[in-house]
Amino acid sequence: MHEKQALGGKLLTKPFWVLLGLAMIAGLLLIKRFLFGIGAVTNLSDGYPWGIWIVYDVLVGTALGCGGYSIALLVYIFNKGEYHPLVRSALMTSAFGYTLAGVSIFIDIGRYWQMYNVFLPWHINVNSIMFEVAACIGAYVFVLWIEFSPTFLEHRKSLETKRKLNKFLFFFIALGVLLPTMHQSSLGSLMIIAGEKLSPIWQTGWLPLLFLLTAITMGYAVVIFESLFSAVALKRPLDETPILGKLSTMMIPLLVLFLLLRFGDLIWRGQLGNIFNDGMLGAFFVVENVLFLIPVIMLASAKNRMKATTLFWSAGSMILAGALYRFDTFLVAFNPGVGYHYFPSASEILITVGIISIEIMAYLIFVKKLPVLPAIKHS
Amino acid sequence: MNLERRDFLKVLSVGALTAGNVTSVFAGIRKTLSADAVGILYDGTICIGCKACEAACKQYNDMPPESANLEKATGVDGIWDESYDLSEKTLNKIKLYEHGDASTRNREENGFAFVKKACMHCVDPDCVSACPVTALTKNSTTGIVEYDKDACIGCRYCMVACPYNVPKFEYAKAIPEITKCEMCNHRQAEGDIPACCEFCPTGASLFGNVTDLLEEARKRVKLVAGSTYEYPMRSLDEGDLTPKTVAPYINYIYGEKEGGGTQYLLLSAIPFTKLGLPELSATSSASKSEGIQHGIYKGMVAPIALLGGLLYGAYQTTKNSEG
Repeated sequence: MHEKQALGGKLLTKPFWVLLGLAMIAGLLLIKRFLFGIGAVTNLSDGYPWGIWIVYDVLVGTALGCGGYSIALLVYIFNKGEYHPLVRSALMTSAFGYTLAGVSIFIDIGRYWQMYNVFLPWHINVNSIMFEVAACIGAYVFVLWIEFSPTFLEHRKSLETKRKLNKFLFFFIALGVLLPTMHQSSLGSLMIIAGEKLSPIWQTGWLPLLFLLTAITMGYAVVIFESLFSAVALKRPLDETPILGKLSTMMIPLLVLFLLLRFGDLIWRGQLGNIFNDGMLGAFFVVENVLFLIPVIMLASAKNRMKATTLFWSAGSMILAGALYRFDTFLVAFNPGVGYHYFPSASEILITVGIISIEIMAYLIFVKKLPVLPAIKHS
Repeated sequence: MNLERRDFLKVLSVGALTAGNVTSVFAGIRKTLSADAVGILYDGTICIGCKACEAACKQYNDMPPESANLEKATGVDGIWDESYDLSEKTLNKIKLYEHGDASTRNREENGFAFVKKACMHCVDPDCVSACPVTALTKNSTTGIVEYDKDACIGCRYCMVACPYNVPKFEYAKAIPEITKCEMCNHRQAEGDIPACCEFCPTGASLFGNVTDLLEEARKRVKLVAGSTYEYPMRSLDEGDLTPKTVAPYINYIYGEKEGGGTQYLLLSAIPFTKLGLPELSATSSASKSEGIQHGIYKGMVAPIALLGGLLYGAYQTTKNSEG
């Protein structure tokens, strides 16, 4: 059992007020969205029905929320107990990421008051990838909060309840690995049906595996990035660097597998040459894959892996790579035909910024008030 | 730490994920027309671009005209319809191809031609496969792709999936719906034919049984340019024929094979790619996406096996811990 400790300290700091302001701007814009329709605040069109609310908030947002999944996979399934200190904060970030992705879906869908139809057996369509994604994400949000609930119980000193819950927790841990495996791959499968509208550089039957591999890798990168970032921002010692360095080795084989599959598939389908035919898309492809390659190279030597700065930048590069891969697949390389263009409107961006602000505020409240982060060792 | 269990789990999890994926072969043409499937044959070579079909479509589907901002500002709204393409208020649309001096009809160089855009009523519709809540369905008798707003959650995945960008969304409404051509199924229920065919003065939009329409289309593409042919008006069954001079048809029926076939078929004298119609493979994207998804989730065997392994692993690692 690793000791966890609430950080304490003042909550209403200056950055917190700024975040609160951003969240309130988003709140006002959301009133506009619900009164006058999605068109009143977004640049979405008949050709581009999905914008940053789906691509950033849901696709990138849930991939960034894969920390809990990736770490649980290591600790509970592959029995790597040494990573246990990372579990709780990873689960917390996942719970926020997924909950807010759910909120974003609610904002984005047009007929939100009928959202529950996705769970009604007489309405569901088992052929629909969207059904699989929606049902799985919905269930996983619930599972994540159960997995995280021991933290609340500790805080409220309900140790008896916590002991009872622990007996069943293995069931939720197993579900907490199964569900992301299913929906993170299905998030990639979503675009198979877009067929010819998605550039052949990105359109492939391997989308589910490519999305799953990058989601798990992003999960590790987020845990590393967040630990180091919060250590600096919250002025905590960089005690966790050795274990983060060890964790970073998990990313290398996953990334190598991803790159082999990505390029192998392009060569197999005879599409590699297309990178040079389409200037803009080719450039995006190159940037995307360079970003994937950076962590592989930076983390190759054991000495580098022990440096906090190397870890920080390679994790950052991995997060950008996974995010760009998602943006490319769903927006940049998606071409519905002549005459359609999409760039998010200011309101659309501000609503996403507001949602991110809420996420950071929730993080600050939780680490300051609840036993989430490992206790600082005083020597 | 027992190595065997660890290895077993690794094999299980990786295997479960990839097995279906690797082995799944893209499904071929898997859905066929029902014998009673109805459709529309649009022959661009005899269309005169009068837009009577558009006006009739709006009238019988209660769709308001789209007007320009200038008209709105001057208060003479609603006289002139100005939709640029299909939209949430426009379910069919006549469009014009022009090249050079546009002197000759049905010619690619220095000519012009018409094309009509509307829902293609695919034999294996991607939108129906995509919809998570069965709001879009394919009628088992008529084959019409129908929409149920009481099921729809407004996720707009149908719009991502449709290769023709047909389903439209009411972005300007707080209570929005998806709109698309439903081949006037409300009129057909009363024994009428779709409004666009009923009010077409030249027979360019022709209603009928899809199999019969395909036969008619095959006959037309074989005709000699310049000869005279008796073109049926409104509906194939009606038997009202008008003689017209035959244009130099492209020997291709758009919709016969596209994405597994469609119930809306098009004929033209200029290449279909020039008319803004996409080049599609002979199988639907839905057959690929469902092939992979059902490959992975066949009988839910892989997920259940994976869950079994995960439960075992999670139980072993947590049974002695305090959390």
